[in-house]
Amino acid sequence: MKKYAKTHEWVLVEGNVATVGVSNYAQEHLGDIVYVELPEAGKEIKKGETVCTIESVKAASDVYAPLSGKIIEINEELDAAPETINSDAEGSGWIFKIELSDPAELDGLLDEEEYKKFCEEEEA
Amino acid sequence: MEALKRTPLYQEHLRLGGKMVEFGGWEMPVQYESIIEEHKVVRNVAGIFDVSHMGEISITGKDTIPFADYLVTNSVATLKNGEICYTPMCNERGGVVDDLLVYRISNKKVMLVVNASNIEKDFNWVLERAKDHDFDVSIENISNNVAQLAFQGPRAEEILRGISQVKLEDIPFYHFVYGKVNGIDCLISRTGYTGEDGFELYIDPEAAVPLWRKILEVGKPLGVKPAGLGARDLLRFEACYMLYGNELSDEISPLEAGLKWAVKLDKEFYGHKALTAQLEKGLEKRLRGIELIDKGIARHGYELYADDKKIGWVSSGMMSPSTGKRLALAYVEKGYWKIGTEVFVKIRDKFVKAKIVKTPFYRGSVKSKA
Repeated sequence: MKKYAKTHEWVLVEGNVATVGVSNYAQEHLGDIVYVELPEAGKEIKKGETVCTIESVKAASDVYAPLSGKIIEINEELDAAPETINSDAEGSGWIFKIELSDPAELDGLLDEEEYKKFCEEEEA
Repeated sequence: MEALKRTPLYQEHLRLGGKMVEFGGWEMPVQYESIIEEHKVVRNVAGIFDVSHMGEISITGKDTIPFADYLVTNSVATLKNGEICYTPMCNERGGVVDDLLVYRISNKKVMLVVNASNIEKDFNWVLERAKDHDFDVSIENISNNVAQLAFQGPRAEEILRGISQVKLEDIPFYHFVYGKVNGIDCLISRTGYTGEDGFELYIDPEAAVPLWRKILEVGKPLGVKPAGLGARDLLRFEACYMLYGNELSDEISPLEAGLKWAVKLDKEFYGHKALTAQLEKGLEKRLRGIELIDKGIARHGYELYADDKKIGWVSSGMMSPSTGKRLALAYVEKGYWKIGTEVFVKIRDKFVKAKIVKTPFYRGSVKSKA
């Protein structure tokens, strides 16, 4: 099941591996994405840390780790086609995969309904 | 906090899905659907911008021309009536109070078109300078009485021709006429801020919505779209036009900004002494184009390094859709501004390799340099 962080990342967990990207709501707010400064595979990250940066026409925005663990894969496709995040943020626009070190952290994330509500409140 | 000001087109922007942001005290659309799409429309066809937030100051009276000439660095005295010049307006240190357009309407009347964020500052500045030599002029801030649309792109003339009651082809670059477009009284100038051919239409605020809608309607079959501030910034950046607050400020001289062509040192103007001294002494920094060799986007305020020391800072930087390059404008210290020099931009905690390159980054359909 897809979950969301309040910092606008989405997470899809399969076994002990989480695929992470930025939410569709976030890409809409970022606007045209022109570059993704990708993280390095093998790096250990802690929940809440800055993992990488997305550059849109308007600004540079940080992507935070929604969960702790080790980065085991990055989406190299984004290097040549960063706009994939605009067209398919929650699918082929995924950014990195983490091998989870503390699956219990998942409980702190929002489900789809909760996240939708959270975004509506942010808009208000 | 003071409430943000809105142009007569505010409701139109909302209706068209404009994402509104604060800009210089105004609530303006940064984009409608996509900045890059709007950028492409302007480069390939034509786009329409609401620039009603820009300020207009009217100067009339016997001493209008000598006063305007004293106020700005470019020459108003040598303009013919119906001509326009781009010019810096300097303080006593040679810094730029604002960069603006001077419309020479007659021997006794000019209109200054100033940046939205500087309207009050400029108006007060102009009032003060009139006292310096007791010039016989009347100065009026007419910003609230004027709306402005910019219609820019290689096909702008062709599209506008169908609804214009004036011969647009008879308006040369940086000239203006009074005439009707779609029956609406306009001051029509062949000017713009995108590097493309096009027009700026000054109208009564009440006429803004009907004219805006009409241009969008007649341009629709060719793909004309409204364009926001995001596209405007990207377009002007590629053409290497100055943005006040980025490339220009009270602390930066027009000589440093590469605007020597708009500084006429053979006449007297406010700030002349400082600029002459600066020229004699030689510049310490100047504006240069930068192309990033390594990946990253250099943004306003990022530092520039070479030989392990800071040698400048980025004034504007973007991914340029027209060239596909990651480019920036930057102020670079003496000794490092030669074309081809390798420099490094500090992006967050990384030093990204870049080099000094020629400007402008892109030449559009604009007729010639003003």
